[in-house]
Amino acid sequence: MLGYLLRRLTILLATLLAASLVVFVVLQALPGDPAALILGTGAREDTLAALRHQLGLDAPLWWRYATWIGGLSVGDLGTSFTYHVPVAELVRQRVLVSLPLAAFAIALSTLIAIPVGVAAAARRGGAVDTGVMGVAQIGVALPNFWLGLLLILLFAIRLPWLPASGFPGWDAGAWAGFRALILPAVALALPQAAILARVTRAAVIDTLGEDFVRTARAKGLTRRAALWRHAVPNALIPVVTLIGLQFSFLLAGTVIIENVFTLPGLGRLVFQAIAQRDLIVVQDLVVLLAGSVIIVNFIVDLVAAWIDPRLRRVGA
Amino acid sequence: MLEVKDLGVALTMGGQSVPVLSGVSFVLDRGHSVGLVGESGSGKSMTALAIMGLLPPGARVSGRIVLDGRDLLALPEREMCAVRGRRIGMVFQEPMTALNPLQPIGAQVAEPLRVHFSVTRGQANARAKRLLERVGLGKISPHRYPHQLSGGQRQRVVIAAALACEPDFLVADEPTTALDVTVQAQILALLAELAAETGMGLLLITHDLGVVSQTVADVLVMYAGRVVERGPTAGVFGAMAHPYTHALFAARPSESGGRPVAIAGQVPDPLYRPPGCAFAPRCARVRDVCATMPPLIGVGAHACACFNPRIAA
Repeated sequence: MLGYLLRRLTILLATLLAASLVVFVVLQALPGDPAALILGTGAREDTLAALRHQLGLDAPLWWRYATWIGGLSVGDLGTSFTYHVPVAELVRQRVLVSLPLAAFAIALSTLIAIPVGVAAAARRGGAVDTGVMGVAQIGVALPNFWLGLLLILLFAIRLPWLPASGFPGWDAGAWAGFRALILPAVALALPQAAILARVTRAAVIDTLGEDFVRTARAKGLTRRAALWRHAVPNALIPVVTLIGLQFSFLLAGTVIIENVFTLPGLGRLVFQAIAQRDLIVVQDLVVLLAGSVIIVNFIVDLVAAWIDPRLRRVGA
Repeated sequence: MLEVKDLGVALTMGGQSVPVLSGVSFVLDRGHSVGLVGESGSGKSMTALAIMGLLPPGARVSGRIVLDGRDLLALPEREMCAVRGRRIGMVFQEPMTALNPLQPIGAQVAEPLRVHFSVTRGQANARAKRLLERVGLGKISPHRYPHQLSGGQRQRVVIAAALACEPDFLVADEPTTALDVTVQAQILALLAELAAETGMGLLLITHDLGVVSQTVADVLVMYAGRVVERGPTAGVFGAMAHPYTHALFAARPSESGGRPVAIAGQVPDPLYRPPGCAFAPRCARVRDVCATMPPLIGVGAHACACFNPRIAA
């Protein structure tokens, strides 16, 4: 187990290094002047030179890469050109919004999708199945920004229960912060839940046809007990894999919902940094997000091995 | 006593109801053994699933399956659950897939105990350990998983689980088909031994005549969902009469080095069965009268459903 963890950690670091190299080469080493990109085509040569110096662009490439990576490894992500604050602080603030939001949305989606998917699979072809899958089909097709606006209309304007937008910050209290995340989390969770419910249903239908489910029934287990004790656990691997993918996406792929609800999340930071050519921020975020995807995948692998003993073999 | 009376099963295929089993009757007492023999598609497994009440959805059953005076076909699902695993145990054909890959084998053997009796986890596990020892897996930890075991070992686990609640009857559906020949003999010997030891009735389903002749007292030869020949095993094999039984016997690899003779043609699709004897299209002794259904009539000590039986002089 320890060897396995060490090997995974090595792979993680190697992947991060590769990702950082790619993003560095794309943004800094390929033809094109970052300073000119930032200042635009009308910039004067002396302004450009000053900016290049300020950004450290007049240093050799390898040196620039080494100082960036060296900084990253000790948590110094550099200073944002547009915000004039350390990127680490910028990221920290955004993560405090995006991480709880993603966790909240994925928890909500999982809690809805798994019971619904299992129920539909257990009554395959019946009224529950047809109804649930019809709703899920609509859920998959709904754009989440529209869902977000609908939720604001309903639960913030018509029924003034929740804030329509904005984030007060966790300093305003855990409850105030949580309240602000409810509507965006629901808007993010429902379309994800629709996809997850369909995958859960298909996976459970597959395992319900397995011989070991029939063995369980022959032992005297009720249909329900055979479903929950034997069919569902065996259907979880694809479900957990999808939850991992959805979580990675929710961490930074939510710029639209963040705009609808004016939340200061990672998605908007990525979007703004790209729009304003804040190179160092883009570079840092790409590496951080790559890292988070790898970590999420690693956790998914651990959960899968916890579920399925066949995945625990060394070398798997 | 387990009594199967005029059992019929019809499956829904492509919107129409297709009979796959009809007129199957036999009696299985405690301490007794009955074999069902036939090719794939003869209705052997359907008979087993009908007894267990585990037919696929959409199947229609007729006739009666009487266990100690109660018709199992009329039992509500809740009461049928109390029969399965407790009164009748079942062993399946595919040991590779019959066990849950996520659970340790000990837990899978203990599961029926925890379903049918109010025992603690510790009591169930202790009994599971003894059961594993009894089926010859004493050296294997109950904490191992199915993928760490060989096919024969897995089949032993399935048998241990089927016997956990000491059922009165055991239905074994092709229990050795998926195993190596040497392992087959061991598993059969184990089943016969356990049946003798516990006094349970054994219903053994197989396509292998050799297996039947060694293990069971009575045999039913099935073809296309019907019983074509039946009787005491020695009587049926000593004086077989139905051309299908002869063909099945000739198709068997023999120890004397005789070349097996394949049966020409195939078991007819249940959708397109001929009106009379279903074996007629493959039969060398076919006559005009074979277009009507032959009844099971006595031939010496046993019974055969054929208008032109081949009786050795």
